Amino acid sequence: MRALDFLKKARPVSIAGLPDKELVKLSRENVLSLSLEEMKAVQEYFKKKGRNPTDVELETVAQTWSEHCKHKTLTGIVEYQYKDENGKWKTRTFNNLLKETVFRVTMELDKKWCISVFSDNAGIIEFDEKFGVAFKVETHNHPSALEPYGGAATGIGGVIRDVLGVGLGAKPIANTDVFCFGVPDIAWDSLPAGVLHPRRIAKGVVAGVRDYGNRMGIPTVNGAVYFDEGYISNPLVYCGTLGIIPKDKCAKKVSPGDLVLVVGGRTGRDGIHGATFSSIQLEQDTDVSAVQIGNPIVEKKVMDTVLKARDLNLYSAITDCGAGGLSSAVGELGEECGVRVHLERVPLKYAGLKPWEIWVSEAQERMVLSVPPAKRNEIEKIFASENVEAVFIGEFTGDNKLTVMHGDEVVADLDMKFLHKGVPRPTRRAIWNPVQNPKAKIEQKQVNASSYGDSLKKLLSSYNIASKEWIVRQYDHEVQGQTVIKPMHGPSFTAQGPGDAAVIWPYTVTGGENSGSHASRKAGASAWRGVVLSCGLNPEYGKIDPYWMAASAIDEALRNAVCVGGSVERMAILDNFCWGNPNRPEQLGGLVRASLACYDMAKVFQTPFISGKDSLHNEYALGDKVLSIPPALLISAVGIVEDIRKTVTMDIKENGNLIYILGATAKEMGGSHYNKISKITGGSVPKVDPAASRARMIALSAAMEAGLVRSCHDCSEGGISVAIAEMCFAGDKGVTCDIAAIPADGALTDSELLFSESNGRFIIEVQPSKKSEFEKLFKGLPISAAGNVTEAKMLVFRNAGGHKVINEKIGELRDAWNGRKSKHD
Amino acid sequence: MTKPKAIVLRTAGTNCDYETKAALELAGAAAERVHINRLINRDIALSDYQILAIPGGFSYGDDIASGKILANELKYRLGDMVREFDAAGKPVIGICNGFQVLVKMGLLPGDKYYKLNTTLTFNDSGFFECRWVYLKKSNTKGSRLWLEGLPDVFPLPVAHGEGKFITMDKTVLDAIEGNKQVIVRYSDTACETAAYPLNPNGSANNIAGICNAKGNVFGLMPHPERFVYRWQHPDHRSGFSDDDGFGPGLKIFKNAVHSVK
Repeated sequence: MRALDFLKKARPVSIAGLPDKELVKLSRENVLSLSLEEMKAVQEYFKKKGRNPTDVELETVAQTWSEHCKHKTLTGIVEYQYKDENGKWKTRTFNNLLKETVFRVTMELDKKWCISVFSDNAGIIEFDEKFGVAFKVETHNHPSALEPYGGAATGIGGVIRDVLGVGLGAKPIANTDVFCFGVPDIAWDSLPAGVLHPRRIAKGVVAGVRDYGNRMGIPTVNGAVYFDEGYISNPLVYCGTLGIIPKDKCAKKVSPGDLVLVVGGRTGRDGIHGATFSSIQLEQDTDVSAVQIGNPIVEKKVMDTVLKARDLNLYSAITDCGAGGLSSAVGELGEECGVRVHLERVPLKYAGLKPWEIWVSEAQERMVLSVPPAKRNEIEKIFASENVEAVFIGEFTGDNKLTVMHGDEVVADLDMKFLHKGVPRPTRRAIWNPVQNPKAKIEQKQVNASSYGDSLKKLLSSYNIASKEWIVRQYDHEVQGQTVIKPMHGPSFTAQGPGDAAVIWPYTVTGGENSGSHASRKAGASAWRGVVLSCGLNPEYGKIDPYWMAASAIDEALRNAVCVGGSVERMAILDNFCWGNPNRPEQLGGLVRASLACYDMAKVFQTPFISGKDSLHNEYALGDKVLSIPPALLISAVGIVEDIRKTVTMDIKENGNLIYILGATAKEMGGSHYNKISKITGGSVPKVDPAASRARMIALSAAMEAGLVRSCHDCSEGGISVAIAEMCFAGDKGVTCDIAAIPADGALTDSELLFSESNGRFIIEVQPSKKSEFEKLFKGLPISAAGNVTEAKMLVFRNAGGHKVINEKIGELRDAWNGRKSKHD
Repeated sequence: MTKPKAIVLRTAGTNCDYETKAALELAGAAAERVHINRLINRDIALSDYQILAIPGGFSYGDDIASGKILANELKYRLGDMVREFDAAGKPVIGICNGFQVLVKMGLLPGDKYYKLNTTLTFNDSGFFECRWVYLKKSNTKGSRLWLEGLPDVFPLPVAHGEGKFITMDKTVLDAIEGNKQVIVRYSDTACETAAYPLNPNGSANNIAGICNAKGNVFGLMPHPERFVYRWQHPDHRSGFSDDDGFGPGLKIFKNAVHSVK
């Protein structure tokens, strides 16, 4: 072993007196992703200490200060220049973009049901008097681009640990996954060098999420898939986990004297530099060893035992080992008091790791706990009883220092204050100069009976609208037995339609000892309470205006949740920004605009943000060319459903019922799927009137509460025609609809009424006997009974002149949506 | 009246233990989630329980083959305990991964202890699939123990990648059929066809679940614990639930509880 001794040593890195150019080189060559300014801050700190840093120290700083861990851009100073409505240039300076937009609205709304926001590994809202609901959504884009299966698997594995590591640990009860891929039919020879084909990425990502999520026993209940050429070299993989947590377990507190316990997987060389590598451009020869290797069964064992230890009150704090590995996890837990750890005690997958590698490895399935010494034996027994490795590696000190030992050698000695507060805050420039918007011209074609029917089928079979059943079925969305509103709706098990949102009834957890007792369930006030989760995403609008993209995503996420029985008055949202390089002012300008929309919308909807994450630098370098992704803001909504027995699905239920359209349709074809399949760019993107939209949602929820709604569907991608078609084939019923009766803003053409994607709209099925009772709830709102459920299994849209502009067999529409050649002739 | 004690056996990768426990409790049992190490270490005795449930999941990651490692653990480390439990005629139910375990340890079809002549292998589709199916029950000794009071056809969800039931040869299949051990088959509502996806995995003779000749050991791929309440069905108003809001899955657990009372 003597020959390997050099591995045990920390190596000093000469940084004292290095010129700027050398500092930049040092950062780049070691994948530190530190800017010159940051390198200078490190240089200055060690100059005062009178020595050079060790490699362990330099790595620690790089991980802690990484964009991934610190969110330097969103929390940084931004000088924002924009053109106002009159075309005049103005400047606004944000001292902390996040705090002045997304975070600020949560503070201002000050909802008393928010238990933990933006301070822990996930946000927590109140579920009932005993429990809270935790929700977190993460991205794992770079790893999934390089190694789709492993990248996506460890993405879901990581966000599950976030939820397990919030407060003193929440029990995960649902997963959600949203992907953006390149178009699947791109020719091989038009792929940029070094990029995997979108089909391979899509299959690998889906399989990764499937194999990890299913093995964890957490139902994957919600999601979305979006295809666009812009995601060919940088796919986006969003993974979210919902958990349920006792209210008295929502806070953690480390005390000096507590012991540092590492639980779960062993540490290896996988995932080194994951945190810092997420801040660099991908290139043809990017190192794949930055991707972690997952093992879900190890994580499942960790989850089982951690929750057991939690309920026995055996630890005082917990956090997951994610980006930055032990350096981040231990560093964060010890931030307030200081900590000393011994790296040689960390269990390794194999020998030969250097101290800094042990310290920053992002090997998976590890949690770090703070354990009061008195509980030491008891907690060891819990983990041992289920064959989970748990090793004490140090203690929290109270000296406000981070001390890392390897054997007798001190390999890092840093002040917590410098580590956590010492990162320089540079000023970034942002510019928003609206795209000179050539008004998209849609020539109104002479209507003939079949023309829009073909458009409708083309829309239904387009990548973004077509059935995602092949993905949905690979995920176990029923495990835990609590999924009462599932991803696919309809009475037939073999021909269903796409649901808007999922509802979980967490009775096996919240029912406690009485979970099996129906009597107690009837008696308990919150016995029927559930959780709704949904999402909204529309990168196509962002190509025209990120402000309205963000606003639309919020409106859509809330609408989806309301469609199944959620209430906008008990809903919180999460933001996940995926953007290009924020050092480019025009990129950052779009990000600022989206953030401003987040504030403006959430304020009026009264839906606080409780957690969020950003993934910047989604770029691919191809020679001198840089490919940036279309900016994407994913909004995830989580809400409380008062009574799961009153939830609603989207399949049409009975012949003879009325089909209402709630919300006005406007001339807003910009970014629509109709324009996309017609290859029309530009135009007017859908706007959001949050006050009007909220009023409609509240009225709709009241109608559901009164039991007046038989089915309900969100009207978004593809417009009214697509929404009603989906309801028809999910319920295997026909609908006849009068276009002239559709509530509209101004004079609209037939195609606009059929395909415009205006926000704030719902399709609602109501029994004729409930007509007056139903309409009473919508006084003063734009609503009309534009259609009827018919005996014939046909979807018919008649225009003002009585022409059937759409007249299609339901079976054929279903086939189009399923991507099957129609057999119905 | 004391409640019958049910043990919900779990190990690394088991993941349907909470809802299986809840279903057993709803059915009137006192159910307990127990890690296999406690039986191996003899901390507790299997003989103290009246019902054994092996729930779904991915025991040990389904490494080697689904359920195989847990099957071997049960067979080689707890073989006597399990044999004694079975000999006493106590009900044993294996759901999904639990069914795979029962088959791969040879407790099913069970003509001879621990003889392996059937298996559950990869779905014909090549994928893990989660979907609802209809089950047609047969009227035999085993079905009277487990399926009493259920309609001839009832729905349950499946979620598995290795659920295709096959036998070593035709003789074994004929013997299982001859002994009337097949008590649930995939079907449509009219009992006319069971073409994919009605039969979600390509099982021989549309077999969804079998019991041993005595009828006390029952394994099935579909998940009865996921349809004990009306609101777990995709269509909340479906006629398969009773007026009190309970789904047909609950009957299976109730029948087990009833049989040991």
